[in-house]
Amino acid sequence: MAIGAFSHGPSGTAVSSASQKKSRVAWFLLLPGIVYLLLFFLTPLFSLILTSFKTAPPAAFIGEYVYAFRWENYVEVLGMYGEHSLRSFTYAAIATIIALAIGYPLAYFIGVRLRPYPLLQSLALVLVIAPFFISFLLRTVAWKQLLADEGLIVGTLKAFALVPPDTHITGTAISVIFGLAYNFIPFMTLPLYTSIERLDLRLLEASNDLYANSFTTFRKVTVPLTLPGIVSGTLLTFIPAAGDYVNASANFLGSTQTSMIGNVIESNFLVLQNYPHAASMSLVLMGAILILVSAYVFKSGTDDLL
Amino acid sequence: MKLGKYLLPLYGILALIYLLVPIAYTILFSFNDSKRTNIIWNGFTFNNWLNVCDAQGVCQAFANSIIIATVSTIVATVLGTAIAIALVRYKFKGRAATTLLLFLPMATPEVVLGAGLAAQFLNAGMPKGMTTVILAHVMFCISFVVVTVRARVAGLDPKLEEAGRDLYAKPSQVWWKVTFPLLLPGIVAAALLAFALSFDDFIITNFNRGPVDTLPSFIYTAASRGIPAEANVLASAVFILAIAGVVTAQVGGAIRRKRLGITP
Repeated sequence: MAIGAFSHGPSGTAVSSASQKKSRVAWFLLLPGIVYLLLFFLTPLFSLILTSFKTAPPAAFIGEYVYAFRWENYVEVLGMYGEHSLRSFTYAAIATIIALAIGYPLAYFIGVRLRPYPLLQSLALVLVIAPFFISFLLRTVAWKQLLADEGLIVGTLKAFALVPPDTHITGTAISVIFGLAYNFIPFMTLPLYTSIERLDLRLLEASNDLYANSFTTFRKVTVPLTLPGIVSGTLLTFIPAAGDYVNASANFLGSTQTSMIGNVIESNFLVLQNYPHAASMSLVLMGAILILVSAYVFKSGTDDLL
Repeated sequence: MKLGKYLLPLYGILALIYLLVPIAYTILFSFNDSKRTNIIWNGFTFNNWLNVCDAQGVCQAFANSIIIATVSTIVATVLGTAIAIALVRYKFKGRAATTLLLFLPMATPEVVLGAGLAAQFLNAGMPKGMTTVILAHVMFCISFVVVTVRARVAGLDPKLEEAGRDLYAKPSQVWWKVTFPLLLPGIVAAALLAFALSFDDFIITNFNRGPVDTLPSFIYTAASRGIPAEANVLASAVFILAIAGVVTAQVGGAIRRKRLGITP
């Protein structure tokens, strides 16, 4: 949804007879928003870079730092929080795969099977975005209570002896990944739906007529045609999941054993007031995501989307 | 293939149910006759709904969230709509850079956006509060407004505005009588999206709120000692209003299309 939304289509149809005068109007329209983003998006990134090299002066108070070029901050955070970084990307990757496995059939069901019933189709879409209308913190707490040792789900499974009586789910990696996958399914499903809804079913029939079985048709026709949706959906899930700190927090679905990069940044910034470490960790996260995302986008051959 | 005929709908419906389980749980527990914590079901009551401000701080947090979301939505919608029109309708230098600047905030993890702004406010010596939260929310809403309105501008036939000019309308009249009414559905959709994003934002807010509580930050802080049922009441009320509005719009649209004989 997000990616490709900018460079798709209409840019080419921009009025070609635009004169110099019109370009002044364009700047009048653009300038306020662009200046706003420069001030509150781009400058903060520079603030992060400056902060990440700060150092504590001798005999400083907690949270007191001065500008310097202390690159050791990066060495320190990578040494201290390598485990957290690895965990973030592993959890986010598994959660993305689960969300895709749930979101793709769901989007296909709504986009293709419900196509003859427009009202049902739009109501099903409302259900997909319904989670957006209720606090995601409360939904996460709801899962925590449902998955608790004596809660509805685990408690019932234990009562029927389907799981060992000492099963714990909350506070483990499983519940954190479960929560991440749950929270981002709508972000996965919506771009998938936009791609699948446009899928021309005659192409699938043609493939069938040419003796491809349904698996080959899916792999050679459906997936390539819906690839833009798959790429946008996985990115819209993976990026926020890798930076999330609510699911992994001990008050929600995680424990101290499941801390992710987001938790490290939050506690360094807001609790320990170690701003340089929080800033360098943020930049490490952003750099890693930029590298992973560009590798993924180019590998999947959808780089024209960016 | 025969199996897939029933398997896919079944899977789809199960997935939808899975999405809705925690929502149903949250609404159900807004009616829980809870004592100190709202974890164990103690019986049905309307008390939480009738005395929703009894839980300390929850109504103040809710009011703050509404104020922040309203102001952020108005500012972000105005700035974003102007950018969307410029992107579709005008040629200008630096289009690629502008597009990148709009795309990047959506591709940056919230925790980085939050920490960056907080570092900037700290370096500038600006105290955190309502203003800093609103400044942050406008920033992340702009890009989403641009994406939403842009699609609408692209679908707008420039000939309609030309016709207005041919009939001697002044530029301001063309804007208010032709362009704006035609763009309105897109602008409303963008504003609703911005409101929803701002209202439910926690991560960026938490870095920039200082002592100010929003509903999400109230819930986050309360999570360690037990979230009062009143928080469930407020969230459920917002949810029910929003869903009722969306469903009414969908069904109303479908009925109107049917009456006009338009098949989608």
